[in-house]
Amino acid sequence: MPSVTYIENNGSEHKVEVAVGLSLMEGAVNNLVPGIDADCGGACACATCHIYVDPEWQSKTGNKTDMEVTMLDFAEAAEETSRLACQIKVTEDLDGLVVRLPIAQF
Amino acid sequence: MSVAYDENNRPPSAYDVPLEDIDVSDGLLFQTQQHFEYFERLRKEDPVHYCKDSEFGPYWSITKFNDIVAVDTNHKVFSSDKTIVIGDADPDFNPPMFIAMDQPKHDVQRKVVTPAVAPVNLAKLEAHIRENVCEILDSLPVGESFDWVDRVSIELTTRMLAVLFDFPWEDRRKLTWWSDVTTSSPDQTGADGSIVNEEERKKELMECLEYFMNLWSSRGENYEGTDFISLLATNPDTMEMSNDPLEFLGNLMLLIVGGNDTTRNSISGGVLALNQNPAEYDKLRANPEVIPNMVSEIIRWVTPLGHMRRTALEDTELNGKQIKKGDRVVMWYISGNRDEEVIENANQFIIDRDKARHHLSFGFGIHRCMGNRVGEMQLRILWEEIMKRFEKVEVIGEPGRLRSNFVMGITEMMVKLHPLKA
Repeated sequence: MPSVTYIENNGSEHKVEVAVGLSLMEGAVNNLVPGIDADCGGACACATCHIYVDPEWQSKTGNKTDMEVTMLDFAEAAEETSRLACQIKVTEDLDGLVVRLPIAQF
Repeated sequence: MSVAYDENNRPPSAYDVPLEDIDVSDGLLFQTQQHFEYFERLRKEDPVHYCKDSEFGPYWSITKFNDIVAVDTNHKVFSSDKTIVIGDADPDFNPPMFIAMDQPKHDVQRKVVTPAVAPVNLAKLEAHIRENVCEILDSLPVGESFDWVDRVSIELTTRMLAVLFDFPWEDRRKLTWWSDVTTSSPDQTGADGSIVNEEERKKELMECLEYFMNLWSSRGENYEGTDFISLLATNPDTMEMSNDPLEFLGNLMLLIVGGNDTTRNSISGGVLALNQNPAEYDKLRANPEVIPNMVSEIIRWVTPLGHMRRTALEDTELNGKQIKKGDRVVMWYISGNRDEEVIENANQFIIDRDKARHHLSFGFGIHRCMGNRVGEMQLRILWEEIMKRFEKVEVIGEPGRLRSNFVMGITEMMVKLHPLKA
C-alpha cells in the first residue's frame, strides 16, 4: 500500500499506509491523523480537509475542479498549493507523498 | 393545499393526509412539533415531494440527507438569487444580502466579512466569551424558576453579536429585536404575525438601517477594527455599500440573524434535549470531555434553521423526479438531519455519537455557514462553565415554540438550577 505522510502544523509527522482508491481525507480519518475535520464526509462541500501539497507532487495529485477552487477560496490560509484532501484519490504513484496541514480547518 | 385542523386546532396526523396533499410549509406544524412525523413519512414514501399548492405557492421538498447535499453543492443549477426562504421576497422591499446571491458577487462580499470570524479573531474572542458566560451564569438565581431563553440564550448570543459588530453595549437588545423582526415575515416563513406584520417589519428594519448608517459613518477610512461594520466600511470591495442602503441593510440582516437565532436556539435546545434524555446528561456529568462532540450533536438535533430554499435555473432530475426551470426547491435540513440511512440512530440524541460533525445544520457548499466556529465555541464554553457550577439545569415546564417553518425557535423555557453537590 502507498505510504503517505501527514505533517501537522506543529510539526508532528504521521506516516500511514493508505489503500489505493481511498482519498487522502479518508486516509487521514481512518488512521486517526488529527487536524482533518471532514465535516461533509468527502463531498467537496465544507473545506474542512484542507491540506498543502508540495509543488513537486502536484503533477501526480491532479487538478482542482471548479468546485474545489471555490471552496478553497473560502478556506483560511489557502495558498496556491492548497487542496482538499477528499478530492485526491490515492494511487500507486503517490507512494511517499508528503502533505502538510494548516493551523486550523476553518 | 390547506388541511382542516382538529378540534384542538392542531393539524392532522401526517398519515391521515393523502400523500399528494402533504404541505410541510405550515408554520403551525413546527410549533406543535408535528413536522417530524410529516418528514418521516416523506422520507419513507416520497423523499423528493411536490406540493402543488401552498400559501407560498408550489414547491419541492427535499427531505433526504444525500439529496440535500446534492442540491446544496450544485449552486450552478440551484440558485440562491433573491431569496433563500420558502416564501418569495416582496419585490418592493428585498434588501440584497450575500446569502441570497449567486457567484461572483456572493464570493466577493462573503470574503470581506469572513475575517471577523477567522481563527486569529476567534482566539481573541474566546477569553471574552468565557468572561461573559461566567458573568451571565453567576448572575442567575439558583433554586428559583426563571426563563432560560431570556436570561441565558438571548443574553449570551446578543452580547457576542454586539462584540462582533462592536455595537453600543447598552443598546444590544436591539440586535435581538431586529433579528426577530427579520425572520418574522408571515409571507416568507409562515410566522403568525404576532411579532410584526409586513408593514411594521419594514418600518422596524428601516430604523435598523438608520442606526447602522450612523455606526458606519463613524468607522470609515482609517478605522482599524475587525468588527463586521469596520470590515465592510473599509474594504475596497464594499466601501461603497453605504451608497446602496438596502444592500447594506440586507447584509446586516444576514449577519444579525446568522449570529442570533441559530446559537440562541441551540443553547435552549441543548438544555431541553439533555432533560429529555437523562442518560445523556449522566454521560456528560461523568465525562465533560465529551462537550465538543456534544455541541455538534446539539446543533444537529436542534437544526436551528429548518430549511434553505433554492430556485432551479434549468430543468433537472433529482432522485427520479423532474424539476423544472423556475421551480422552488426547499432543502429541509431539519429532515435530512434525521435521515436514518446516513445518520445511525438519527432519531436519538447521543452526545458521544461517532462523526457528530457530519450534519446538515450549517449547510454545505458555497453558502455554508460562515460563523459556524463562533457558534460552536459559544456552546462549548457555555457548557464547560455550566458543568463547573450546576448539577442540573432542570426544565420545569413545557417550552414555548415559535410558529415558523424557518427558525426552529424556543421562545420561553422555565428552568431551575441545582448547584453542584458539595
